[in-house]
Formats: sequence, structure tokens, C-alpha cells
Amino acid sequence: MTASVLPPAIVLIIGGLVLPMLPVRLRGFTILAMPLVTLFLVWQVPDGAALRMPFLGYELTLVKGDALSRLFATVFAVMAFAGGLFALNQNRVVELAAAFCYAGSAIGVVFAGDLISLFIFWELMAIASTLVVWSAGPSARGPGLRYAAIHLLGGVLLMAGIAGEVASTGSLALGKLELDSLSRGLILAGFLINAGAWPLSSWLPDAYPESSWSGMVFLSAFTTKAAVYVLLRCFPGTELLIYVGLFMVFYGIVYAILENDMRRILAYSIVNQVGFMVTGIGIGTELALNGAAAHAFTHIIYKALLLMSAGSVLYMTGKRKCTDLGGLFRTMPLTTICGIVGALSISSFPLTSGFVSKSMISDAAGIQRLEMVWYLLAAASAGVFLHAGIKFPWFVFFQKDSGLRPADPPWNMRAAMVLCAALCIGIGVLPGPLYAILPYPVTYVPYTPSHVVFYLQLLLFSGLAFFLMLDWLKRTLTITLDVDWLYRRLGLALAQNLNRAAETAWNGVMGSAERAARGVSSGIQRYHGPDGILARTWPTGAMAFWMTIMLAAYLILSYL
Amino acid sequence: MDDHWLTRASTIKRLWIGSVIVLAATVLMDLAINHHPHFGLDGTFGFGAWFGFATCVAMIVFAKALGAILKRPDTYYDS
Repeated sequence: MTASVLPPAIVLIIGGLVLPMLPVRLRGFTILAMPLVTLFLVWQVPDGAALRMPFLGYELTLVKGDALSRLFATVFAVMAFAGGLFALNQNRVVELAAAFCYAGSAIGVVFAGDLISLFIFWELMAIASTLVVWSAGPSARGPGLRYAAIHLLGGVLLMAGIAGEVASTGSLALGKLELDSLSRGLILAGFLINAGAWPLSSWLPDAYPESSWSGMVFLSAFTTKAAVYVLLRCFPGTELLIYVGLFMVFYGIVYAILENDMRRILAYSIVNQVGFMVTGIGIGTELALNGAAAHAFTHIIYKALLLMSAGSVLYMTGKRKCTDLGGLFRTMPLTTICGIVGALSISSFPLTSGFVSKSMISDAAGIQRLEMVWYLLAAASAGVFLHAGIKFPWFVFFQKDSGLRPADPPWNMRAAMVLCAALCIGIGVLPGPLYAILPYPVTYVPYTPSHVVFYLQLLLFSGLAFFLMLDWLKRTLTITLDVDWLYRRLGLALAQNLNRAAETAWNGVMGSAERAARGVSSGIQRYHGPDGILARTWPTGAMAFWMTIMLAAYLILSYL
Repeated sequence: MDDHWLTRASTIKRLWIGSVIVLAATVLMDLAINHHPHFGLDGTFGFGAWFGFATCVAMIVFAKALGAILKRPDTYYDS
């Protein structure tokens, strides 16, 4: 083993495993200290391979640094800190332990220097995140199981792809892959499942909202963004991703518009936002890739902020449906303001973090003369304001008076929200430090008058459309069927029918076998039973008679 | 009970008036600003405004239509 650095992932993974065994008074300190130590270690990783280890005849590179790895690892560590602060008062310590292992594995993914190391951390992430979902209690069992099943399927595809790749090229290298073989297609499919790409995207709105008030804050950050990282690493400029990304963008918007559960709205909007990143990766120019990476960074923070404000509402009221909420701005002013800051950031409002990242992706489409892509991204930007930017704060904090008068949540939850809100505005006002750590040099200027006015028009008129069509957007006690219907209803019905058919067939086969066996048995009974012809006791006379016949036959035959 | 100043009819009316002024101002700013359109349509007057409004209406209508087919009571999967 050659090491020039302590792997950053190890602190959170081991820390997470040890956390439940620590005395309660040490836990808070540990939860806040571990991400900071991790952040320090992230910036100690030099460029190039820093930790190698032999494994089953292969030479694994467990830690390999470059700008892209450090960018993602930085935001993952920041998120572990903010999430830990928010969840300090979470009394289910298993959730925090799992969340820290989950964050650590995500950091392991972004520093993995080869396909096998990547796979190991990838699967650790799937297991740890499932435990985060499950720690919400019995109601999360089903969704958690479905979540695990889809991610294990993704893992199988990825493993099959990696095996094919190693068999055909002999290389474990984790770098740009041309989409020219089945094995690479499988690797891409494995990545896209974690990114929440359609059709296997419904695990996200199915499972995440069933996690606890703090669990979803962690869940929103790592899995999908680790997938964005590996797509950036392996498939930049793959044209297919433009279409996959655009579909995700509009799928997220339309389903979020129809949704009633505040955390499911935000779950669909994760798919929508990751769609922007995937589109940027598909465009593939340096500006687009920088945009996708920057958008992943800003998205993690503002989405966490949105989910913290939703989590605070859930924590204080126990309610999550828009139809039950409304009017909370009266008694939850800080949560409302932080929720609005998150909502403006996700909508790329000028002076917020989303503006300085998302506009890079659309501009890259414009510069590449991808006309349709540019128009669709512009429409989608307006749509984000519609489904998340206004819809979330409006239905949760304003709308009608629900009669609920909850106070703002405890100090640690407020502090975490203020931290994230400050980062959203800070990055939006001063994008320089973020631009400085992007993978490619940045010459992009977000704040031009033309740009700002265009986005203001786009967003404000989207807001006008929202309020003019409010009647059409009224929330109802409904869900909208998604692809998961195929395995939750159709698959179940098919399985039940198959079960019934198999039962009938089995009963039929068993019935006829039994009848045949009975037939044989009664045949034997007839000839060999107590009254059977072959079981009768024969008189001695009959025997002597037959013996005489046989001897006589023998005598005659010998003379012939 | 519901007497918060933000919920009074007069405040809401003022908010609407203020919003309309802001909306008009953002469109009028196009007169003073030199846009650099990538294509053709995006150089039209108030492009962000009409495009944002029209596409949002289209998305709401599309969502409503899809909802008519795919909406179910939220207890659908409970049984």
C-alpha cells in the first residue's frame, strides 16, 4: 500500500460507525467536528494518485485528486456539516450514523481513482442511504425496500459494465469513456439510475419524502450528485445526455406542479435540477461542464436549505401536505425567509447562487448554436420558478390560514438554515471563489445587464402566470401515477396472477398425480390385497395337480 | 384571527399594483439594453417576458391534462 495522504472518506465512515457508541454528550461535538476534519483532508489531497492498494490481483487507486474531485468533495463535506448541525436534535442516532457513512462513501466515490474503488464506495453509498430512509420508522420500510431494490439493480448494471470493460480493455481506468460498447452502455445506465434519470427515476420521489425530517436533507445531497460527478468524469459530451437531461427537466416540472406533498414537490425538483446538470454534461464544452459542476455545488446547498425549511415545518407541525399547510409565515418567520431564499436560489434569481451556475449551462447551449436546447432550457428556467420557486413557499407559508401556529424550530435547525441561506446569497453575490475551484478556467461573467434583465423577465412573468392560473394549480388530495406504478401495481398484479395460475397448475398436476397414484395403488390392492387373486392361499391339492401337469409335460418333451 | 397586515385586501391590492409596475419596468428595460441574441426569436422585444409567460401557461395546461389521466387519490397505494 502506498499512501501520501489520509483518505478523506475514512473520517466520516469510521466516525459514523463509532457515533452510536459514543456517550451522548460527545456526540454533538463529534457530529460537527468530523465534517470539518474531512474538509481539511479534502484540501490535502494532491493532484494525481495519492493512495494505492493491491486487491484481488488488481492495483486499486483509492484516492486520486484533481479539481473536479475536490470541488464535489468540498461541497459534500460542507453538506455533512450543515446537515449534521440541522440534525443535532435528531434522537434516532442510527440515522446520523448512516448519514455520515453515506456522506463519507460519497466522498470516497469522488476520490476513487479506478472503476473497482468507485464501485465499492458506490455500493456503500446505496446501503448507507437505504439505512437513512429506514431510520424514519415502520412507514419507511416499503419505500426503503423499493429504493434499495432499484439501487441494487443499478449496482448490478454498473458491475456488469465494469466487468465487461475490464475484460475487453484490460483497464480499470476511470476517465472519459466513448459510448461505443455494451459494457459502457451498462456503466452509463448504472450511473443514470443514481442520477434519477427517467424511466427509473421514481425511486426518488417514492423514497426520499418518507425519510425523517432530517433524513431527506442528507439524501438530497449525495446520491444524485455523486452520479453527476461520475457522468462529468466519464461521459462528458455524450449527446444522448442532452436528451436524457431535458426530459428529466420537464418531467420534474410537470410532476411537481401536480404534487400536493411539499417534500415530494422538492423531490421532483431534484430530478428537474439534475436534468439541467445532465444536459450540461451532454453539451460537453468547458463552459457547459463548468456550469454542470458549479450547478451541482450550488444545488446541493439550496436544495438542502429548501429541505431544511420543509423539514422544520414537518418537525414543528407533523404535516407535509400543502392542503394541510398554509399561513405559517406568521409564526415561522425565519423558516419562511430561509425557504424563500432557497426558492429564489433554485429559480436562479439574480444575486442568488443558482443564477451564477445555471446560466453557464444555457449560455453554453447558445454558444454551441443548440437552438432547441437553448429555448427548452429557457422555458425550463421559467418552469423552475413555477414549480419550486413560488409553489413551495406559497402553498407552505402563505396560501390560506391553516390555523396552525407553530414556532420556528430549535436553534441548531435555525442555525443550519441561516448558514445555507448565507452561502446561497454569498455565492450569488460573489461567485469568484466558486469559479476559482471549478475544473476549467472561468472567463464567464454572469452579471451583464442583458442577462439580468432577461432572467428577471423570465422569472417574474412566470410568477404572473402562477398567480393568474392559481385556480388551475389548487392542491388536491391526490398523487400522480409514475413509472413506479409498473412495479407497485402492474407488477404486483402480474405476480399475484402468476401466483394464482401457478397454484392452479400445481393443484392440477398434484391432483392428477394423486389420482394416478391412487389408480396404481388400487390396482396393486386388487391383485395383491387380502382379497386379491394373487394373494389367495392355494390348496395343497392344486399345487400337487400343477406339479403333476408340469412333470408330465417334462416327460413328454424329453421323449420327443 | 386572520388579521395579519399581509392578508388584508388593501395590502393584496397594493401588492398587485406594485407587481404590475415591476413587471412593466422589466419589460421596458429592454428599450435601454442591448441584448446579444444567440438566435432570432430571442432578440424580440420583451422576449423573456412573453416567452416565460407563454411557456409557463403551456406547462400548467400540459400538467393539468396529464393529471386528468394519471391523478389518483393519495391513498391509492395504501390498500
